Amino acid sequence: MMQRDQCFEALKKVRGDAVIVSRYSAAFDWGAIDPSPLNYFGIGAMGQCSSYALGMALGMPGHKIIVLDGDGSLLMNLGSLVTIANVAPPNLFHFVCENGVYEVNGGHPIPGQGRVRFTDFARGAGYPHVFEFDDLATFTAEIPRVLGLRGPVFATLKLVAANAEEVDFGKLNSADARRQFKEAIRPFLQRGREAGRTAPV
Amino acid sequence: MKRVPGMTGELLGPRGVEIIAALKMARVEFVAALPDVWTSMGFLWPLAQDPDLRLIRVCKEDEGVSICTGLAFCERRSVLSMQYTGFLDSVNSIRGTAVNYNQPVCMLIGLLGKEPGVAPGDSKRYDIRITQGVLDVMGIENVTVEGSEDVALIPPGIERAYETARPFAALIGRTVRA
Repeated sequence: MMQRDQCFEALKKVRGDAVIVSRYSAAFDWGAIDPSPLNYFGIGAMGQCSSYALGMALGMPGHKIIVLDGDGSLLMNLGSLVTIANVAPPNLFHFVCENGVYEVNGGHPIPGQGRVRFTDFARGAGYPHVFEFDDLATFTAEIPRVLGLRGPVFATLKLVAANAEEVDFGKLNSADARRQFKEAIRPFLQRGREAGRTAPV
Repeated sequence: MKRVPGMTGELLGPRGVEIIAALKMARVEFVAALPDVWTSMGFLWPLAQDPDLRLIRVCKEDEGVSICTGLAFCERRSVLSMQYTGFLDSVNSIRGTAVNYNQPVCMLIGLLGKEPGVAPGDSKRYDIRITQGVLDVMGIENVTVEGSEDVALIPPGIERAYETARPFAALIGRTVRA
């Protein structure tokens, strides 16, 4: 089992200019570790992180979109695995932080805690590349290769449950955060248009 | 029951090709959808064959709300096509994403079973009636598309959604013809 913040430190080193879409516990940790404007915090409706990311992967073809999903969140939107696998965006990388609990909601266990295999869901849905990491050294060594694959890629990060800390939902939820994100991706959208990959609204 | 202002009350619904043309006029590139009996044959099947629009088949409608949101961030236009049951099931996503986050999520909502020429809010069917009521309570602009002439309401609604960063819904009040 790994610590979430240590995993994220390893991911930060190879992130490059990828867009990171995260939610709740993962968003709080990721925002502290790598506070880039290229982070999108999908707090609006629980479970929707992977679907926001699919929209972005379609909207920014050629640009890496990395999802830091939660186990409880993904359980709310399991169909998104099938939708994503069916669309098969080559630039989408879907990580699920499996700590087995609803961390910010009192630490209650997720249904099927310890028995659910998210990798089985992803494989069955049709993701071409599926991984499970429970050791930091292996994850750190493998992550560059994983992010070099043609997506969609799915990986479960087996994590120890952390204690929920006081978090600033307001900041992650703010219109300012969304405006900064939109401004941050604009140059990439422009480059994509110049390369003929996208069209303006 | 009062008749819908601006509606002809004709027995014929809009044509799918007209709706597809309206989406193109509004510079829509993507359609996220779940099949709906009301729109399936006339709209969704032709759309699936259209090379200018990309159909994203979703497993559940709230996925579509979020997919359209992600696309909007990337300055790409999209609509979500679904039955009213899917809209009602997605209310939390629409609240959290489209309304609270000011996102131009545009929806085509099939009102399966609505009486011809009757405003959705005046339908005798509870489920039809509350669909428009929920949209109104949420402050979501909506228009009713009952016949071919109402299809013209769709492009300006989509334009306004993207100009104002607010959601928009077109309620499809009749079976869409091929």
